[in-house]
Amino acid sequence: MDKIKVEGLNLFYGSYQALKSIDLTIRAREITALIGPSGCGKSTLLKSINRMNDLVEGCRLEGTIEVDGRNIADLDVNGLRKQVGMVFQKPNLFPMSIYDNIAYGPRTHGVKNKKELDRIVERSLRQAAIWDEVKDNLKKSALALSGGQQQRLCIARALAIEPDVLLMDEPTSALDPISTAKVEQLVQTLKKEYTIVIVTHNMQQALRIADRTAFFLQGELVECDQTDVIFNSPSDARTEDYIRGRFG
Amino acid sequence: MSAWKENGAKRMFQMAAGMAVVAVFMICGFLFANGLPAIHEIGWLNFLFGQVWRPGAEQFGIFPMIVGTGVVTLGALVVGAPVGVLCAVFLVYYCPKQLQAPMKAIVNLMAGIPSVVYGFFGLVVLIPLLRHWTQTSGMSVLAAAILLGIMIVPTIISVSETALHAVPQTVYEGALALGATKDRAVFFTVLPAAGSGIFCAIVLGLGRAVGETMAIMMVAGNQAVLPNGLLGGVRTLTSNIAMEMGYAADLHRQALIGTAVVLFGMILAMNALMAWVKRRIAS
Amino acid sequence: MKSLTEDHRMVKKIQSKKRKRISFGQIVVWTSALLTVGIALAIVGIIFWKGIPYLTPSLFAWTYTSDNVSLMPALVNTLLMLVVSLSIALPVGVAGSVYLVEYAAPGNRFVHLVNLMVDTLAGIPSIVYGLFGALFFVQFFGMGLSLLAGALTLSIMVLPTIMKTTQEALREVPALYREGSYGLGAGKLRTITKIVLPAALPGILSGAILAAGRVFGESAALIFTAGTLAQVAGSVTDSARTMAVHLYALSQEGLFLNETYASAAVLIVVVLLMNGLASWLAKKAERRREHG
Repeated sequence: MDKIKVEGLNLFYGSYQALKSIDLTIRAREITALIGPSGCGKSTLLKSINRMNDLVEGCRLEGTIEVDGRNIADLDVNGLRKQVGMVFQKPNLFPMSIYDNIAYGPRTHGVKNKKELDRIVERSLRQAAIWDEVKDNLKKSALALSGGQQQRLCIARALAIEPDVLLMDEPTSALDPISTAKVEQLVQTLKKEYTIVIVTHNMQQALRIADRTAFFLQGELVECDQTDVIFNSPSDARTEDYIRGRFG
Repeated sequence: MSAWKENGAKRMFQMAAGMAVVAVFMICGFLFANGLPAIHEIGWLNFLFGQVWRPGAEQFGIFPMIVGTGVVTLGALVVGAPVGVLCAVFLVYYCPKQLQAPMKAIVNLMAGIPSVVYGFFGLVVLIPLLRHWTQTSGMSVLAAAILLGIMIVPTIISVSETALHAVPQTVYEGALALGATKDRAVFFTVLPAAGSGIFCAIVLGLGRAVGETMAIMMVAGNQAVLPNGLLGGVRTLTSNIAMEMGYAADLHRQALIGTAVVLFGMILAMNALMAWVKRRIAS
Repeated sequence: MKSLTEDHRMVKKIQSKKRKRISFGQIVVWTSALLTVGIALAIVGIIFWKGIPYLTPSLFAWTYTSDNVSLMPALVNTLLMLVVSLSIALPVGVAGSVYLVEYAAPGNRFVHLVNLMVDTLAGIPSIVYGLFGALFFVQFFGMGLSLLAGALTLSIMVLPTIMKTTQEALREVPALYREGSYGLGAGKLRTITKIVLPAALPGILSGAILAAGRVFGESAALIFTAGTLAQVAGSVTDSARTMAVHLYALSQEGLFLNETYASAAVLIVVVLLMNGLASWLAKKAERRREHG
């Protein structure tokens, strides 16, 4: 079934058109990868899904994005962002303890009971496969951890608000290979419960973990299909050129 | 509900920001409302260029005080600007690493010492010294200029330091790479490049000097006449206000407010000058 | 083939070039630095030397009399003045800065106007503030010479300091923090109060200490608004002299020279303590930024 439906999306930053007539469906409980060269609009599309683009001055949208059949422009933006979580390119943990970082989301959405928060924090950290590493140091500052651990913590933080969609904007581009592998493993287990859309610069990553892949070029969606179709028998010549590394 | 709270907060923050505007309007309003009519009554030329200040005889010429402010401030710049700029150069290019922190601590200390302490120091140390060397009363333009010069040094140092740091390292290294000695690179390449920033530092020091009251009052003699050379007594615009405000009444009082208006005008002119220089740097 | 002595001579020549020769520039800057340091140390040194021996208990008696010229009331009044004026200036200054940085679009005309006004306020001489305070608070609002009139006047005077440092501190908070908070579904107000302000706190505190320093050192503005009563203020409507005003009064009276030196010494010690606090906070903030 369709979790997210993008129809006729045109996005402008001032007079510059960043997205041209995008029609895309994201299926539930799948990993969809958005690939394409720098500046092709994949991050922009991602940020439109949870309306992070609302924060950008001069950003204008035409067309619709629907989550669970409802137009996101009509929804309360904070409620939308509770349902659609985001992990950013660089870990952006707050200068607080690990516990407070994870608890920030739930607290924002009304959870005040300490036992409840403890439960949520533990559950999220377990889901992010980092519980064992930090369980004795929950009160320590989150910024004292390594880059890979911080990013997994960001994933835990996003999971703590119990979204059903997880948007990930090049989550491993700042990480070393071992941390990258850990995060990829994590994402693959998460797909059982969450719909995941991941923007990646790294084609091999899409190949490794994505069920479906969408290829973007200069603001257009060139093609979207099952990952092995995109990589082995793409319909569009531009897709083939990108896959074969003829341009980057 | 949440949107209501959000908007309310935004309005509150906006009003707080507006307080600065309100404050300036209030200050200008009260000063101008009280001061301008007085100057008008005294006559602009009589006020600004009159050389006699004798409130008892309804004489309100502030020219001696304008000259007083000018002379003392100029003297302070002569004393403080070179030392301040050179100290900033020292801190950025010549100071050994271990001495940087102590030196900065001392500059911060100087910046923090209240003007009455400087005034007191001037009174009990500087004046007796001058008295000893010059056989005069010691309360003079010279004393005020020296003291004020010392007082503006920290301001000039910190702003000049920032200006020097703002010059890209590549400018300095480029000069050295062309074979210039360190002195040459610093004084003939970096320093000119930081020129407008240093100019701003000096203007800021100037502003501080113009606005200083207490310390000058304690060492300058305060005769309301044109200063008789470096060793003559002098009164500045600020001291004039401070000394007589306590007991002034009617036109006398409003003349003092008029003096404040003149000071205000001087400060605005200096701010405008700085803004103009800053715009030129940006372009 | 060159002889060994020729090589040796060349090496010596290079080595002598490397040996440090003091340049003219060095002389000039070192002289300025030593002059500055010398004068600073002379001021502090002389005042300490002449003043510290006279720091007797009677100088710290709770009640001021013309015999003990105690500075205690002035010290307490200074503290009260600090608390009242900062209680006004900090909330207004921080809130205003929050608007300018977090809500207003950059280049907005209102922002430009406010910053212009802030710069104007920053340049106004303290005696002019004193005059304004005397006209506006003391006379027009009928507060009389009082702690409140003085504090209100000073709060306007230090508003620029607070607003400039707070704006800078807020701008230094990484955009990533805000995005992270919004991404989790937090609204703007919550993001500002729970994430941005706490992160900017060290910078805001530095501004507060700078403002405190100005309040502490101020005399011209206070003489005409808070007056010179040398007793601990019983309420905000009482006249109250602060330490700086006290020192001025003492040196004008010219009677108790030793006690005046001692009072000046106390003033300098407070400045040292405040500077020390400020740099300790700055170092803590630095450490927090790096290791969290």
